[in-house]
Amino acid sequence: MNASPGIGRDFARRLLRNRLAAAGGAVILFFFLVSALPGLFASHEPNRIDIVNILRPPSAAHPLGTDDLGRDVLARVVHGARVSLKVGFVAVGIATALGLLVGLLSGFYGGWVDAVLMRFVDMMLCFPTFFLILSVIAFLEPSIWNIMAVIGLTGWMGVARLVRAETLSLKERDFVAAARAQGAGNARIIFRHVLPNTLAPILVAATLGVAGAILTESALSFLGIGVQPPTPSWGNILTAGKDNIEFAWWLSLFPGLAILFTVLGYNLLGEGIRDAADPRLKGR
Amino acid sequence: MLRYIARRLLLTVPLLVGISLVSFLMMHMAPGGPIGAGTDLNPKATAESRARLKAYYGLDQPLHVQYGRWLGRMATLDFGDSFSPDGRPVAEKIKERIPITLTINVLSMGLIFLVAIPVGVYSAVRKGSLFDRISTVAVFAGFAIPTFWLALLMMILFGVTLGWLPISGISSLDHESLGILGKLADRAHHLLLPVLLAGFGGLAGMSRYMRSNMLEVIRQDYVATARAKGLPEGTVVFRHAMRNALLPVITILGLSVPDLLGGSVIFETIFAIPGMGQLFYQGVMSRDYPLIMGILTIGAFLTLLGNLLADVGYALADPRIRQG
Amino acid sequence: MNRPLCRAVMPSIALLLLLAACGGGKPESAGKGTAASDVPAYGDAIVEGSIGDVSGFLTAVTSDAASHDAAGYVFNGLVRYDKDLKLEGELAESWDVSPDGKKITFHLRKGVRWHDGTPFTSDDVMFTYRRMIDPRTPTAYGEDFRQVKRASAPDPQTFVVEYARPFAPALASWGMHVLPKHLLENHPDISKSPLNKKPVGTGPYRFVEWKTGEKVVFGASPDYFEGKPYIARVITRVIPDQATMFLELKSGGVDTMTLTPPQYVRQTETAEFRKSFNKYKYTASGYTYLGFRLSHPFFKDKRVRQAIAHAADKKALIDGVLLGLGQEATGPYKPGTWAHNPNVRKYPTDPARAKALLAEAGWKEKDGVLVKDGQPFEFTVLTNAGNEARAKTAAILQQNLAEVGIRMKIRTVEWAAFINEFIDKRKFDAVILGWNITPDPDQFDIWHSSKTGPKELNHVGFANPEVDRLLDEGRSTFDLEKRKKAYFRIQEILAEEQPYVFLYVPEALPVVQNRFRGIAPAPAGITYNFVKWYVPAALQKHQIQP
Repeated sequence: MNASPGIGRDFARRLLRNRLAAAGGAVILFFFLVSALPGLFASHEPNRIDIVNILRPPSAAHPLGTDDLGRDVLARVVHGARVSLKVGFVAVGIATALGLLVGLLSGFYGGWVDAVLMRFVDMMLCFPTFFLILSVIAFLEPSIWNIMAVIGLTGWMGVARLVRAETLSLKERDFVAAARAQGAGNARIIFRHVLPNTLAPILVAATLGVAGAILTESALSFLGIGVQPPTPSWGNILTAGKDNIEFAWWLSLFPGLAILFTVLGYNLLGEGIRDAADPRLKGR
Repeated sequence: MLRYIARRLLLTVPLLVGISLVSFLMMHMAPGGPIGAGTDLNPKATAESRARLKAYYGLDQPLHVQYGRWLGRMATLDFGDSFSPDGRPVAEKIKERIPITLTINVLSMGLIFLVAIPVGVYSAVRKGSLFDRISTVAVFAGFAIPTFWLALLMMILFGVTLGWLPISGISSLDHESLGILGKLADRAHHLLLPVLLAGFGGLAGMSRYMRSNMLEVIRQDYVATARAKGLPEGTVVFRHAMRNALLPVITILGLSVPDLLGGSVIFETIFAIPGMGQLFYQGVMSRDYPLIMGILTIGAFLTLLGNLLADVGYALADPRIRQG
Repeated sequence: MNRPLCRAVMPSIALLLLLAACGGGKPESAGKGTAASDVPAYGDAIVEGSIGDVSGFLTAVTSDAASHDAAGYVFNGLVRYDKDLKLEGELAESWDVSPDGKKITFHLRKGVRWHDGTPFTSDDVMFTYRRMIDPRTPTAYGEDFRQVKRASAPDPQTFVVEYARPFAPALASWGMHVLPKHLLENHPDISKSPLNKKPVGTGPYRFVEWKTGEKVVFGASPDYFEGKPYIARVITRVIPDQATMFLELKSGGVDTMTLTPPQYVRQTETAEFRKSFNKYKYTASGYTYLGFRLSHPFFKDKRVRQAIAHAADKKALIDGVLLGLGQEATGPYKPGTWAHNPNVRKYPTDPARAKALLAEAGWKEKDGVLVKDGQPFEFTVLTNAGNEARAKTAAILQQNLAEVGIRMKIRTVEWAAFINEFIDKRKFDAVILGWNITPDPDQFDIWHSSKTGPKELNHVGFANPEVDRLLDEGRSTFDLEKRKKAYFRIQEILAEEQPYVFLYVPEALPVVQNRFRGIAPAPAGITYNFVKWYVPAALQKHQIQP
């Protein structure tokens, strides 16, 4: 089952037919646009403090209201999109890269390499992930880079296991034996044959991972160790609005909705990819 | 089978030691120490009193000595005393938090199973229907909403505006003076919102898993056979398909064992629940090494136990996978 | 549970410490309760909300505000602060200071009993003193007691301490809670004694129960030496989240809590709220500052520090961070107290003046940023993570400084790491922190040049020989006028030298359900006369069995 153009088109068609997944994809695209072109959506600067206009409700001048230092909430949510999505993508990128590496090595080489790596995975899984993240962030500084790195470094185990399982099953297949007979080296086999087939489950894990990373960042912000103000992130805007949730509802509602729709979108898309790529679910 | 279990249990010990060593090193690599809080920026503390406190906690010993001491104590299941000013035994602090954490986790897990399994099954059987679509969005929404935000909104609605439920805490002020039934009702009253919210957040994983399992099973030959035999759809679904789709749930049960004693610090903070989540978080923030090590060790042990239970349970339930 | 050390909300605790019941200036109360019959009646209970849990009831071995507040219901010291923040006797009826200032003789009250009935005597005070200096006691507060040269208890009602030199802060140190000898003498480490969990004291309330992480309950002590308190029960509920606590206040789950400025200004102004609650505000005993590492090449120059003081918009800080509920700080003392010098050099917000001073110091403007010897004026200010007020302060200062061409970066660090890695090791450019202002004006540990070692409190490295001398003078005499002169002069020097830019002193913002009467706001706040609070019989909410 090599990657071939027919499969790809088939996959895309199935994915788009799934209305929920398509909706999720649309939401994701929308937020991508927002984070790529912030100027299009917000006219104020996100960090411009304006003491006179503290905690003003939505108005013509500030469509989503102002926060506790008079900063424009729309601008902060728009720039926060960039930050939150960046956190999600880099963290997942790290997790995926690491998981791919460990899974491929483990599944392909087997033997003691597999044993050692999998014991390591088991050990990592014994630690409660969130506390691992918390401890490391607390001990270092809560900078964006540390947050991304730590979420990534604690989230690769699932990908590793998935990739390993796929690799194990693919290793014994005919086309691999054929490639070997043709004299292909291990690296070539891994990259040309095994890797493409692990793409689908990785993609699924990645989309779900981005969703999870965004939620983790907002959890860290609640505890005061997420992305640090004045840099806006959806998590820290939401947290800032927490103590004034009743009368300054706009401060909680908009970042809350942003998180909700984005995470929802990624989950729907992820599921859609899983359904579309699963050969066993063909034809219903 | 027994040999397999014995082998796994034996493997647990070195794994636990390894995990504890890693935890120990990680904690000590972190800047700051436990007595910091008591004497930081306190005009009344001096270098001498800090040094004295440090010796008091045994922190002036080299790392391997500290670890060795801890390991030795653990061998006799002595978790040591907490570094916090109250100096109470770690085991005592953990024990007093376990009941409430366990209660909430068991109840919310029960809720999740009760709701997610039927929803997942029905979604699979009626794939693509309105129910399927709505339930998909609903469960993912439960996962996607930041817990503390939803919690506060629910508190405002049910606690302040309607006054139906208490806002936070796990018991009323006059809890002790109530009879058995009264105490139960009081506890239930207080835990209703937390359990509902915890359940709502956890529905997604279980229901989607159930759904995809069910979908896979439905397509199997034996289901087509059952249908061809003319059996009513209900029998097909419940007697044949579901039973097999439920098998992986056993794995989930096993893997959920470590989560039983874990708590979300955010959840517990918002609801003022004195649970394991808060205990661990505060331990980490105040560098309460014995407490952190104690909780991590218990957690690691439970994870390994849960994995074992899941593997054994699955092997027992699925005749295709019996181990020698 | 602030936790044995509530790190989760340490910054909120810090804020709580700042807003703790110790005030100055003219407190105001907003909102009036209904005028029901105002006859003091015994009974009812008050439910307080606390972010942190108690970690122990023996003040000597705990350091968090929640524990100290709780202990205050059960224990007494020899002295305490009255409503005007002047020392008055508690367990000591009176005291004499010898003419040379080296000997204090305390005359203890007669007829005081511990909650278990045992009489209180000078033996208990002696025992407390011995334990405070005992190396087996894990206390951070032993230093003041180690200054004692000799202590003696000539008779059950008299306790005498002698110091090597006159030591003015000594008197205040005897506010430390006195421990019962008969219950602790067999426990070499008092932190491990049962008393740390089930306290027995001489105070207005007796310990009833402590459900860790949930609540602490106290009951009125019928034979308290000042008279049995009216309010029969005090219940402290642990509610770690400020938003949740406010909801509990509104639904009647708690009767009193500390409000944040937005809650005070925006959420509690409705007629309905004012019908049921009384809000109070008074100057808190703490201030927030921007501290410079004085050995930093940029900040060595006094003109630079003064320029930054002129650039900082203090009104914006007070309006933005405190929503107007605070006042400018000009020095390390609380406005309205006797040691506060109102006539020191001030730094009105004046960007032009700031720029002029910076130019004098050799900084030239280039593309909106100041440059000197090829180096742009950039530095990083550190503060502890999770403290909203300090984060906002930093954000505002960042904008202020940008206007004069200084680029300030903000970095937040978790508390324990912050103290150990950056403060103690002096690895910072500038910090935004706060200090509690103790009623006794001795601030030796913060400003004396000998206190600049690692882990000591003069972390900015301030060294001024005149201030050193004045600090010594201030603490070596009991003469109020002499002390005042010394501290006034110290404030003048600090204002001129600006080792810190003193930013603001916030207001404390307690709110109390209005069935509670007898509250009389004063410079010390509102809880100084807690034993006299009551609820009229008709309004009592909780029926307490006697």
